Amino acid sequence: MYPFDYFRPDSVSEALDLYRAAEERQWLAGGMTLLPAMKLRLSAPSALIDLAALEEMRGIEVDNGCAEIGAMTLHDTVSRSNLVRESIPALSALAGGIGDSQVRNRGTIGGSVSNSDPAADYPAAVLGLGATIRTTERTVAADDFFTGMFETCLRPGELLLSVRFPVPTRACYMKFPNPASRYAIAGVMVASFDDGVRVAVTGAGPFAFRVAEMENALTTDFDPRAIADIRIPVQNLNEDMHASPEYRSHLVTVMAQRAVDAAI
Amino acid sequence: MKVPVSLTVNGESVSADVDPRMLLVELLREELRLTGTHVGCDTSQCGCCVVHMNGRSVKSCSVLAVAADDAEVTTIEGLAVGDELHPMQQAFHEHHGLQCGFCTPGMIMSAIDLIDRNPNPSEAEIRHWLEGNLCRCTGYHNIVKAIEAAAAEIRSR
Ligand SMILES: Cc1cc2nc3c(=O)[nH]c(=O)nc-3n(C[C@H](O)[C@H](O)[C@H](O)COP(=O)(O)OP(=O)(O)OC[C@H]3O[C@@H](n4cnc5c(N)ncnc54)[C@H](O)[C@@H]3O)c2cc1C
Ligand code: FES
Ligand code: FES
Repeated sequence: MYPFDYFRPDSVSEALDLYRAAEERQWLAGGMTLLPAMKLRLSAPSALIDLAALEEMRGIEVDNGCAEIGAMTLHDTVSRSNLVRESIPALSALAGGIGDSQVRNRGTIGGSVSNSDPAADYPAAVLGLGATIRTTERTVAADDFFTGMFETCLRPGELLLSVRFPVPTRACYMKFPNPASRYAIAGVMVASFDDGVRVAVTGAGPFAFRVAEMENALTTDFDPRAIADIRIPVQNLNEDMHASPEYRSHLVTVMAQRAVDAAI
Repeated sequence: MKVPVSLTVNGESVSADVDPRMLLVELLREELRLTGTHVGCDTSQCGCCVVHMNGRSVKSCSVLAVAADDAEVTTIEGLAVGDELHPMQQAFHEHHGLQCGFCTPGMIMSAIDLIDRNPNPSEAEIRHWLEGNLCRCTGYHNIVKAIEAAAAEIRSR
């Protein structure tokens, strides 16, 4: 790691002031992505602003048909929360399947969502449940939030405060995990609402995306057979040592069918 | 810039001025000479470096020492009371839950966090919990047996 200065502000306003004062600074949440990247010198901020003391960014509330989760809430907390388990069990299961116990004891939803890692789990939930992202500057719909591989619409210095998930009538997330890291090689969130079904995919493409053809088919007939023949075109899918685009395309259909089957 | 940190390690107060880049595991091993906590990978994968911080198991190679300011940290050295091993240590010993022993401190710290939350875990729950702890020697079976036995022992106390 290159040297850096470290700050741990006590309030969001102090955090924003510190950000403006320093150069090449970066927010530190759980550090489970950022610190390994700094060790590899892929990232070299001159200052880290640690969000750990910002209690106002932690916590879970359910009201008006939505579950709102503060950015600094741990994956472990989401996976064990009775509020989440009762309102959106698919979300607590997703959080409980991220990485391993120690990653879940440090990693946060805000860090995961801000990072837009192509293989991360939360983006599928944010997009598949049609969540709203609240930041220090605005509220953004999930459909406008993820803009590319490791890219979101967040501007420098903008802090993600919370994610608000509408409670679906039924939902399920299924992933085919990388056997070593548990990151998604392909993961699919299927969620049913009164006005239709949403299907979002992570792991397969450069960033999370929806599958309109599956959504339409499932809105008409919520049955795994309704999507058995729908394949994602391979042109835009990821290719790496873990899986080919063709295999990922195949996995998306299988995971989506399993998710529907489990949600019924 | 050096930053002052004060924390409690195995029940004792500790203060140091640290470079912000220093990892918690470096503070433990190099400054405090608590070398029971191991570094297997330094890339957050292997779990050899697991310690407890404020009651949660964490990978100390992926936590900054400055971030542990004010925290309560427990390492493998903090478990035994005098010559009496912690029931988890005793169970690893009795059930042959180690061979070379390199992964063992992390395994034990991770397993104690599991039992704290779930005093009677199933075999599947134990295996799921240990996903972040790699062992190159044992094949895990005796580790799982040791954790089951320690859980039963702790429940009976
Ligand atoms: C071994 C291992 C296995 C893993 N497996 C999985 C897995 O299976 N699935 C999965 O989804 N993830 C996995 N992860 C990643 C993990 O979920 C991380 O916790 C997560 O991606 C980042 O969260 P963090 O809180 O650690 O953020 P950090 O590492 O602290 O930050 C990540 C980035 O987000 C920025 N950031 C953080 N918080 C905010 C905020 N509130 N507003 C704006 N920007 C912010 C930071 O500046 C940084 O650029 C794994 C990680 C490890 C080490
Ligand atoms: S040394 Fe920390 S996880 Fe391997
Ligand atoms: S006993 Fe050798 S690595 Fe586990």
